[in-house]
Amino acid sequence: MIVAVASGKGGTGKTSLAVNLAISIENVQLLDCDVEEPNAHLLLNPKITCQEPVYRLVPSVNELCDYCGKCAAFCQYNAILAVPGKILVFPELCHGCGGCILTCPKKAIGEGKNRIGIIKDGLIDGLRIVFGELEIGEPMAVPLIREVKKRLDKSRNIILDAPPGTSCPMIETVKGSDFCILVTEPTPFGLHDLKITVKVLEDMKIPHGVVVNRAGIGDKKVYEYCRGKGIPILLEIPYQRKIAELYSKGIPFSLKMPEWTDKFQKLFEDVKRLVGN
Amino acid sequence: MKQITILSGKGGTGKTTITAAFAVLAKKAVVADCDVDAPDLHMLLHPEIFETREFRGSKIAVIDETKCVKCGVCREKCRFDAITQDFTVDPFSCEGCGVCTLVCPVNAVTLTERISGYAYISKIKYGFMAHALLNPGESNSGKLVTIVRQNAKLLAEKERNNLIIIDGPPGIGCPVIASVTGVDAGLVVTEPTMSGIHDLERTLRLLRHFNVRPFVCVNIYDVNEENANKIFRFCEENGVEVVGNIPFNPVVTEAMVNGKTVMEYSPECDVAKEIKAIWKRLCTELSLR
Repeated sequence: MIVAVASGKGGTGKTSLAVNLAISIENVQLLDCDVEEPNAHLLLNPKITCQEPVYRLVPSVNELCDYCGKCAAFCQYNAILAVPGKILVFPELCHGCGGCILTCPKKAIGEGKNRIGIIKDGLIDGLRIVFGELEIGEPMAVPLIREVKKRLDKSRNIILDAPPGTSCPMIETVKGSDFCILVTEPTPFGLHDLKITVKVLEDMKIPHGVVVNRAGIGDKKVYEYCRGKGIPILLEIPYQRKIAELYSKGIPFSLKMPEWTDKFQKLFEDVKRLVGN
Repeated sequence: MKQITILSGKGGTGKTTITAAFAVLAKKAVVADCDVDAPDLHMLLHPEIFETREFRGSKIAVIDETKCVKCGVCREKCRFDAITQDFTVDPFSCEGCGVCTLVCPVNAVTLTERISGYAYISKIKYGFMAHALLNPGESNSGKLVTIVRQNAKLLAEKERNNLIIIDGPPGIGCPVIASVTGVDAGLVVTEPTMSGIHDLERTLRLLRHFNVRPFVCVNIYDVNEENANKIFRFCEENGVEVVGNIPFNPVVTEAMVNGKTVMEYSPECDVAKEIKAIWKRLCTELSLR
């Protein structure tokens, strides 16, 4: 089973939930797909077993080019510019579709590799973790997220930690999941961004449920919204200074508050049942 | 004209709370909400929209099933796995590159524009606001951010306003890059957690990469003072100025629930006082007003 953990708003507790869930159940592979700011490994301190650089293909134009400009006219992303006597390639705009190569009548375009980040595999107490780190200044996270997800091991319970927002990096992460846990906080910002995220998941036809983090702060509108929409509230994690302090030190709180392990196990069983239905 | 971006790397550290407070303190400014896929600033600043424009950010391939001969060439050439087994286009995978239109032997595929979101120009109590909403699930947020920033600039020029305050999105990818390029300063809002520190370091490297002058402020610093001190030392060693420490105070959430900035809701509380001090320091450093 593949379970994604997402939220629209950042900082609602996705990573904390994903990690606490991962250490509460057996046979897990945790994929941290927030390649812009991967944090799950900071809470787990895994032993890194292997790491690999990731590249993105970008066009490289050779001397056969006669500057006809067909590639530039085709490129939807304005990643190639043809000026008299010169072809300019802007790798940061290129999506790597390969269309320019297909349009070139002179076969003057090949592909070079642009390093976009690194993927690390780690292991801690039987838990496997994979995470990517996007190179600073590299705009496109999606190709790296794709590479992280290629390492998905279906023989395990998969937990995907998604990046915040509802645009392409989040979509790429949750795509193909059996279930998505939405972590929110009971505040106007939390609710507003939750609604946007629910809309995405409805469009993608991914079953979902809500975990309310920092319960007790804010107001009750998240609960009213979920009730009205028939979205199950899977778990509430109260706002407690102790939980916040443990998180600040990089300690998953269920390690120090063992009563929570049962709750995360139950959460996982509930998700399984919802997927089964 | 001066532009300052509030950013953070890690989400939920307080960017929007601080941006909204700055809007009040600046009294007259153009505010730009560049977190276009999860914008929240409007819930505190209540913009009155006076102009809405469609944003056509991306295209999508459409297969004409009456022409399609199901040869599979498009599926083979598509690098985004966007053509399904039954020869339809998966809108969540299609990046609108057009390779399928190029390789289809029977011209059954066309690219069509889609409305990817909306850009808004609004009036707020403290000046003007440029903002936007990306349709859920859309790509090209960087392009929409660029439009929001252009709108903010036009507004500032028209209204003879010399300051743009930008609320940035989390992360370090394309919408963040689009939010920081060419600005005069970046204020990184962090928190004293292991994740906060990790993401702060990456965000500062991003600012250095794009030659943007960095400032740091530590939110909820009293949740872990040891880590807060680590941040001060790290910034000192790297020549980055820490302009303030904001304490944890539930009043911030209360203000949000009431749809108000913290400056309006509780101007005398410790959080409001500290944000005011931060604003003063930034004004001095950047010679604003």
